[in-house]
Amino acid sequence: MESLSNKRKVLEVKPLNFLERAYLPAIMGGLATTMKHFFKKPVTISYPEEKREFSENFRGMHSLKRDENGKERCTACGLCALSCPAEAITMTAAERKPGEENLYREEKYAAVYEINMLRCIFCGLCEEACPKEAIYLDGDIVPTDYLRKDFIYGKDKLVEAPLNQ
Amino acid sequence: METTDLIFRIVLIVIIFAISLVVAMYSTYAERKVAAFFQDRIGPNRAGPWGILQPLADGGKMFLKEEIIPTNATPFLFIVGPSLAILTACIGSAVIPWGQAIVIGGHTFDLQVTDINVGILYIFGVVSLGVYGIMIGGWASNNKYSLLGAIRAASQNISYEISMGLSIIALLMLTGTLSLKEIAEQQHGFAWNVWRQPLGFVLFLVCAFAETNRSPFDLPECETELVGGYHTEYSSMKLGFYLFAEYINMFISSAVMATLYWGGYNYPGMDWVAAHVGPTIAPIIGVVVFFGKIFFSIFFFMWVRWTIPRFRYDQLMDLGWKVLIPLAIANIVLTGVITTLLN
Repeated sequence: MESLSNKRKVLEVKPLNFLERAYLPAIMGGLATTMKHFFKKPVTISYPEEKREFSENFRGMHSLKRDENGKERCTACGLCALSCPAEAITMTAAERKPGEENLYREEKYAAVYEINMLRCIFCGLCEEACPKEAIYLDGDIVPTDYLRKDFIYGKDKLVEAPLNQ
Repeated sequence: METTDLIFRIVLIVIIFAISLVVAMYSTYAERKVAAFFQDRIGPNRAGPWGILQPLADGGKMFLKEEIIPTNATPFLFIVGPSLAILTACIGSAVIPWGQAIVIGGHTFDLQVTDINVGILYIFGVVSLGVYGIMIGGWASNNKYSLLGAIRAASQNISYEISMGLSIIALLMLTGTLSLKEIAEQQHGFAWNVWRQPLGFVLFLVCAFAETNRSPFDLPECETELVGGYHTEYSSMKLGFYLFAEYINMFISSAVMATLYWGGYNYPGMDWVAAHVGPTIAPIIGVVVFFGKIFFSIFFFMWVRWTIPRFRYDQLMDLGWKVLIPLAIANIVLTGVITTLLN
């Protein structure tokens, strides 16, 4: 049958000649190749001491943002939790008390906000879903730990550091 | 005089034993480093500067691992296996001439534990005993993979010992002696045997790879087919002994190879050096040269390991019986014809 793509290649299997059957020349070739690699610079990046440069749209650990006055942006609307395909996010909403205006931007805020880093797949859908620009995956690689419970990150780890006035 | 000789000999034995163990220990480290460099990696670098404490860490780990003797194994033979493997690996170094006779304070001492006149036969005897360690261990484990690995090791070693012996015969036709010391002395300066026996050397080298169960002939521990090979059931330091024996074997066979073919402690210009530095320093330089050759040889073992993939079992047997043995016999005939014509 004629080939439509013209990409077909007919391979010819030639019997090995004497030098090829003698193994040794091929082995020398192999040894030369490996020796070339011996003097190459290693490609290893010694993580934790060295870090690979992240790409611009790298998605790492989440951070809950504050606005320009240092108030928490999150209003606990739950859209991030709803959009999360791994169901890693949970939160409890609370009402802002009088006198807390400098802490929370709107009347409703997240009293508890937890992300299970073992469930999270770092897809960034929470970031896209957030109407308040409150959550971004702009952090570092999530560090390792020993216990499962320690991977559930609360507000203490997620909320951005307060502005220094 | 008698007592100083005796003391020197005991010191020499202890030193050689310690050196074999240290070299074997650091071969494991070197192997990992060399492998890393060949694969564009860095290798172990966490334990101590550049990872030089890695072998100690590995050894400590081995000792602390749980000691398991399978219920259906033969306990006595199960322990004898690795002990025999490491014992036979260690005693091979007794006949290797490490250097010329050294003069210390008016006394002359041989840098060789014992100069028996059948040195090569001794080496061969020890090497063939090495199979028993593997065979007994594999048999005593009562595990089909161990047994298959052990049988492979045994048949491989027996097959390659023949061509190894035949390749040595051609060498012995030239040297006319079985004593390793005399063979080393005959290669004074740059008259190394490898120039006179290139084919014999290649054959010996290939057989040495097979005898030490090194890649590309490491079928006894072929993971894809045999889980762990003959040491599948072994754990803790008994496994360590098997792995250690492999590295000591590598060291000893490198030393034998250097003595037989690469001139041992001889190097070009050694007479000039000896005349200038005196009879105490010159043999030490010779020992250093000898160790340089050994280390390059060990490096070559590793270089080959990280280059060539493993043979298939039938290919291994084909190579041993259909290629190496005829070549070795042809080498003997060739050597005989040439020496007769030259005389």
